[in-house]
Amino acid sequence: MEKLNGEALRKIDEIVARHKDQAGPCIEMLHEVQNELGYIPYEAMEKIAEATGSSPAEVYGVVMFYAQFTTEPKGKHVINVCLGTACYVKGAQQLIDRVEKLTGAAVNKTSPDGLFSLDATRCLGACGLAPVCIIDGKYYGNALVNNDFTNEIRRIVREEKKAGANA
Amino acid sequence: MEVKGARALLSACTTPVSEGMVVWTNSERAIRARKTTVELIMSNHNKNCLSCKRNLNCELQKLCQELGIRENRFEGEYTEPTFEDASPGIVRDTSKCVLCERCIQTCKKVQGIGVLGLMNRGFKTKVGPIYDAGFNAVNCMQCGQCVTACPVGALTEKESIHEVIEAINDPDKVVICQTAPAVRASLGEEFGHRIGTLVTGKMVAALKRCGFDRVYDTNYGADMTIMEEGTELLKRIQNGGVLPMFTSCSPGWIKYIEYEYPDLLPHLSSAKSPHMMFGAALKTYWAQKNNIDPSKIFVVSIMPCIAKKTEILRPECKTGEYQDVDAVLTTREAARLIKMYGMDNIDIFEDEKFDQDFCGEYTGAGVIFGTSGGVMEAALRTVKQILDGKPLENVDFMECRGMAGVKEAEVDLNGQKIWIAITSSMSCAKPLLDEVRAGTSKYTFIEVMGCPGGCINGGGQSIISGRKKARIGDEYKVWRMETLYEEDKMMPKRVSMDNAQMQDMYTEFFGEPGSELAEKLLHTTYSPKKRFDIE
Repeated sequence: MEKLNGEALRKIDEIVARHKDQAGPCIEMLHEVQNELGYIPYEAMEKIAEATGSSPAEVYGVVMFYAQFTTEPKGKHVINVCLGTACYVKGAQQLIDRVEKLTGAAVNKTSPDGLFSLDATRCLGACGLAPVCIIDGKYYGNALVNNDFTNEIRRIVREEKKAGANA
Repeated sequence: MEVKGARALLSACTTPVSEGMVVWTNSERAIRARKTTVELIMSNHNKNCLSCKRNLNCELQKLCQELGIRENRFEGEYTEPTFEDASPGIVRDTSKCVLCERCIQTCKKVQGIGVLGLMNRGFKTKVGPIYDAGFNAVNCMQCGQCVTACPVGALTEKESIHEVIEAINDPDKVVICQTAPAVRASLGEEFGHRIGTLVTGKMVAALKRCGFDRVYDTNYGADMTIMEEGTELLKRIQNGGVLPMFTSCSPGWIKYIEYEYPDLLPHLSSAKSPHMMFGAALKTYWAQKNNIDPSKIFVVSIMPCIAKKTEILRPECKTGEYQDVDAVLTTREAARLIKMYGMDNIDIFEDEKFDQDFCGEYTGAGVIFGTSGGVMEAALRTVKQILDGKPLENVDFMECRGMAGVKEAEVDLNGQKIWIAITSSMSCAKPLLDEVRAGTSKYTFIEVMGCPGGCINGGGQSIISGRKKARIGDEYKVWRMETLYEEDKMMPKRVSMDNAQMQDMYTEFFGEPGSELAEKLLHTTYSPKKRFDIE
């Protein structure tokens, strides 16, 4: 398991300290850790457990119960593909296959290079644009016909490669 | 259950009783609802009951029988199971889990640790340690209380029966069996006796017929422990060593302190636990006496304990040339072994005695090791006798006895008054440990046992169903405990240091308690352990 750096640990401590005295602070803490780090590392669960008088296994239970929490580090870029009914009927599965191929990330996993995470989500409420996907918060509609989103992924890959070569 | 005036059925466990309430627990509607519920549990249950360790001692099976469930009414999907047996002690098979959460509550409330928790939700819900990991990768003390709480075969001990049979059948091996004191108070239950029946003689008879070359009593090791631990305590008191000193007989407790209170490790007695000391003595002194190559000796410990299975593998404990003990069987496994050899009924045997050559004698002080307070009482008997310089008039230290979570007393040791404390289960031990950590502890010597009530209630003992426990409460522990005090009372010698065979061994082999050789073979070391270790 990857070791967290001091910066991340400090952030977790700060979040835990801030919510410690609230009623039912566990979920609040988890939300903030998820927002800050993109996932819930073991160290966070241990610290939250200590502050709330529970055990890491119990906090893990909360993390695993809610779909929005994850224990796996997210990639640098997060891709959500809608698997709601409308999107599914309009070929969301094909879309997922295409993203998997382009990024190397499996569904609900992160690509080996750490660049992309691919999450299958429930209905995003944009059924008129089905099938829909989101890259880093930006919506792409009619994604099977419209090539914007594949171009965007390719652009990211190109840029990251360039950045990697320069560094 | 059906309640007069209520439209829907109500759950018996959560509905408060009220004045004038009319309840039907066995109306047709109530029975049908119960039946459907159990049928639904069965629909997601791994039904290989015939080969399940809990067959015939399974609460789900019993419910099926009582409700007359004869077919699988609901067929369909199964939750993807986890089968995990990486730790030396506990096996988790979620395909049999009914999600009752008794294990979770036991670990959290009895031991105050909370290794187990629920994960995922809905149909995918599972019980297990964090990350669905193995018990060896988390801060599990391997006490096995979750195993005895489990109504089905989802949490069980890792069996060593096969290894033992293999050794028995190996003509080159001398297989020596030793039985812990608490086993005799519970083994009878596996053969239909009432809880707490003393079956020492029948147990020995049955084990001899299994083909063990020798059957000894771990109590001999317990007497050794008292000599080593008692000497260590006196040394610490006289030389200003680290106090309070903790006992070190319970391997679950050792794991706990290594995980949770590593800063207190210097307080732990360095003495190995009785069966390990005995194993070490068997492979050195006894082997020498009998002129047997120690590499051919295979020591089997029959223990009320699951943590002992991890203890024998501790690298810190391998202080001699060989592993002190080669296999550990729980009380339940011992019963299975005896039954496997065709002995369904141990009552047909006349009582037999443990083997007596060289390491056969034991005292009443060894017997009471099996219950909370026993080690303390045994230690006080010997320490007091050493300090008084004459045999004790009264060997009973009543303040050590009973089922309280924490017991304390002020003891007069040759004019010097010291406070002692006795505790069992980690939730009860925690406040004492926090005191020691804060430096405010008034005690000199603290006995700690991993399981509530001591070894008589260990994770390897005969399993008592939840329904029976609900009826008799904690009484079962008292019954088993009284059995041990009964045997103690019957013993001609009741102070460890009076064990003549052991004294001979010390004169001939170890020299004296705490000698260099004793330190090497009978003592061990501890080290802080990571609470969570996953790659």
